[in-house]
Amino acid sequence: MKCGVVVFPGSNCDHDVYHVLRHVTDQDASFLWHERDDVDGCDLVVLPGGFSYGDYLRAGAMAAVSPVMAAVRQHADNGGLVLGICNGFQILLEAGLLPGAMRRNRDLRFLGCDVRVRVERNDLPFTRGYDVGQVLRLPVGHAEGNYADTAAALDQLEANGQVVFRYVDASGDADEAGSGNLNGAERAIAGICNRQGNVCALMPHPERAAEEVLGQTDGLAMFAGLVGSLTATTDSRVGATS
Amino acid sequence: MSSGGDTADGFAENVALTRRRIKMEPVVDLELALEHGLIDEEFDQLRSFLGREPSYTELGITSALFSEHCSYKSSKTWLREFPTSGPRVVQGPGENAGIVDIGDGWVAAFKMESHNHPSYIAPYQGAATGVGGILRDVFTMGARPIACLDSLRFGEIDAPRMRHLVDGVVRGIGDYGNCVGIPTVGGECGFHASYNGNILVNAFALGVCRREGIFRAEASGVGNPILYVGSRTGRDGIHGATMASESFDEESEAKRPTVQVGDPFTEKILLEACLEAMRTGVVVAIQDMGAAGLTSSCFEMASRGDAGFELDLEKVPLREPALTPYEMMLSESQERMVVVASQGGEATLEEIFKRWGLQVVPIGHVTATGRALLRYDGDVVADMPVSPLVDEAPVYERPVREAGAQDPAAVPECEDPTGALRTLLGTPELGSKEWISDQYDSTVRSNTVVGPGGDAAVLRVKGVRAGLALTSDVNPSYCALDPREGGRQAVAEAARNLACVGALPIGLTDCLNFGNPENPAVAFQLRECIRGMAEACQVLEVPVVSGNVSLYNETDGDSIHPTPTVAMVGLIEELGVNPGWCREASFVESQDRLVLLGSDDLEYGGSSYQRLLLGAESGRPPRVDLQAERQLGDLLRAGFGSGLVKTAHDISNGGLAVALAECTFARSLGCSVRVQGGVGSLFSESQARVVVAVAARYLDSFLELASRSTVDAREIGEVGGDRLRIGFDGGELDEQVDVLREIWRTALPKALDL
Repeated sequence: MKCGVVVFPGSNCDHDVYHVLRHVTDQDASFLWHERDDVDGCDLVVLPGGFSYGDYLRAGAMAAVSPVMAAVRQHADNGGLVLGICNGFQILLEAGLLPGAMRRNRDLRFLGCDVRVRVERNDLPFTRGYDVGQVLRLPVGHAEGNYADTAAALDQLEANGQVVFRYVDASGDADEAGSGNLNGAERAIAGICNRQGNVCALMPHPERAAEEVLGQTDGLAMFAGLVGSLTATTDSRVGATS
Repeated sequence: MSSGGDTADGFAENVALTRRRIKMEPVVDLELALEHGLIDEEFDQLRSFLGREPSYTELGITSALFSEHCSYKSSKTWLREFPTSGPRVVQGPGENAGIVDIGDGWVAAFKMESHNHPSYIAPYQGAATGVGGILRDVFTMGARPIACLDSLRFGEIDAPRMRHLVDGVVRGIGDYGNCVGIPTVGGECGFHASYNGNILVNAFALGVCRREGIFRAEASGVGNPILYVGSRTGRDGIHGATMASESFDEESEAKRPTVQVGDPFTEKILLEACLEAMRTGVVVAIQDMGAAGLTSSCFEMASRGDAGFELDLEKVPLREPALTPYEMMLSESQERMVVVASQGGEATLEEIFKRWGLQVVPIGHVTATGRALLRYDGDVVADMPVSPLVDEAPVYERPVREAGAQDPAAVPECEDPTGALRTLLGTPELGSKEWISDQYDSTVRSNTVVGPGGDAAVLRVKGVRAGLALTSDVNPSYCALDPREGGRQAVAEAARNLACVGALPIGLTDCLNFGNPENPAVAFQLRECIRGMAEACQVLEVPVVSGNVSLYNETDGDSIHPTPTVAMVGLIEELGVNPGWCREASFVESQDRLVLLGSDDLEYGGSSYQRLLLGAESGRPPRVDLQAERQLGDLLRAGFGSGLVKTAHDISNGGLAVALAECTFARSLGCSVRVQGGVGSLFSESQARVVVAVAARYLDSFLELASRSTVDAREIGEVGGDRLRIGFDGGELDEQVDVLREIWRTALPKALDL
């Protein structure tokens, strides 16, 4: 699988994602500079966390109009996989590749801690390594992760099955007002995908929870699942041409 | 935001305006020199270095170089007592950061610096730029920063402005470090009335690089171009170094313009661009423009390389029009670096910095004259010898007034130890610091094995077998009561905290925060703390590789408690060999046995119990037995290394009761313990003590291991249940873990009225 990690000025989780793709899941990974106008033939494009353009104007707003994003949009339109993590989620919202918007966290403070998220569907390449209902412990680090949209749009999102991850409390309940939903996201939404299911984004950082030595491994199955799904697609393509 | 210098017309206009402003500069005389913080003899010294009267620019430059902050003039004599070498030391004090070898061809560069005065005046920007400065000190050595610690000392929470200061400092540190993407993995935070008018913000950063990738800030190669990179220069921070070398008074508020304004986004791209530039082979030397900006960076680089330099200051990129040479040389605008490139290397560097969207401008070159020749549009504005100003800056051995020895403090009669524990855990001092650490990103860069809250943070380093452990410690109350013992204790506690995660100390950096050194009582504290630290460093074999001194921390004549903050780095031989260990100072399994290491002498002088429950601070602080500390550390490392020890937690502020309570919180797992002696054993702060949890089947082996050392080891109870129970002669402390945890967890938010 060929993976590209986009580097915007101010991206700061780019090395972490690259490390997991390259050294933990042993994939062909490279960095994609924000000024390029293609995605270098990558199967998977990751928009990593960080503070692209210093979060000036609005988190993700300036990155959303950088040259590489036109190529990412093209890649997504062609059915290519796009994963947005944290700032990557914010960028995909600003670019209109995913619906909704982010507000400041409910208590207006940066939130750096572990959260629990529940996997809502596992028929996506991003979540095929998990069970539906499985609760993952993952780190978060953001000031604007309070997902919002109109009630009608949220209903539509739910009806389409586009909610992929929800924050849950210790007993596994995804209550919007509950203790598990620290940033105050509407309907406790932690991650969503597009209608087609090839663009997915979440606020927590699976790449920081993918190695035994760090004592947290719940994020690894996301990358392993992506590798598995792409390897399977590649194999079937090879089979079809021969 | 424009300097007006970007077009030919704008440039000419700017030069004309600047020339008019230069003409209006005051005539230099003794009075003006005194206003600049120099004393008579220092002004004479400057005149003899020059052989003539100094220009206004020269006076400004000298006031910065001779300031306490840059020259260490009141502390240098005593700092020489620190041991600075050792088998792992690659770079000792004198560079932008110290460096130690961490194995497999890798090194760690680290340093701690204070940003106390700016943080009191403007807490958000002061703290933020403190983080920015220390990160630049690390990456200027060629090392990529991978972790920060912050040691914070606030006043009483009800003191004027204090909640505002706490909030601003925490936000400032968080917003800066989070944006640059360097995890804040630990630190400490204390509250004491002595900081009511002068808080302390000490920021530590550590970076790693390959041994062959180290850069030093030594200007060399006659004719090599000097490049200015990073943000443009404004008027912020002018005379910051001088301000940091003065006491506070009612007029300090008026100094707000001398506090710099930080931009973490620029820092992040500057970091990436500099590390990339350093890999090209055309960077000869590099240094950030920290305190005293362009002045200290150029003078220090030239001095280390026995070189001179020439600058054409009209080329300096400006953020606002008509800065005079004086202002340019003293501005502390943030996120700027000076690079000495090899001749012909300019184009390579220009390509890199421009790609990252940063200024890169040749402003001068290295000379062999040993002099600093500064011109503005062709006119010489300063022509000074480099080496005398940097290396022959004044050094004073300040007169000291010795304080008398203290008697031991009385052991308090405590009738309700359970209530006392509840009270202690509910103070901001001993309560959870999660409210702070949750505002910091502690896991970015995906190296954090143990983050904030444990005895020491633990990091893996990609490509290195060993793990790194980091901690910062000092007990200002102990230092106030007995500075020698307090200095020893700071080093000993840091080493003990590292041992509690199985790490061997390999180096330390410090921030020596004291009051006015011209006050003989303060000078005594400074000397004694340094001597105590040096003694501990000798016995524990920990070299001092970098550090910082912050003096004149006083307001209207009242000095802060002596606060020699120690940040120590340790090595865990092979990380991840035994993943069953819990390095987080938390009980993990019922029926694990608890062993108390070390012995108790019922010491209460300067203790948390005395301060927080009795409102006193008196008597002799706990004695430090350095040999005992050394033995204890060796035993803990052997215990971890052989897989016998599961959890270890240092007994420090609040004594055994607080230490045990802290171990119960993470997993709501209580314990049942019985101690020898009366109720005094619960809160005594005798040193060289650690509580250890071992699996029942390993208890005998561990006690056997301990018996081969001189460390006193006694089984005191076991893990289990949902209560913390500590029996003693004449009674029992008994409370539900959940009740204690709630008090502890909400202590700081409650104190902040949140």
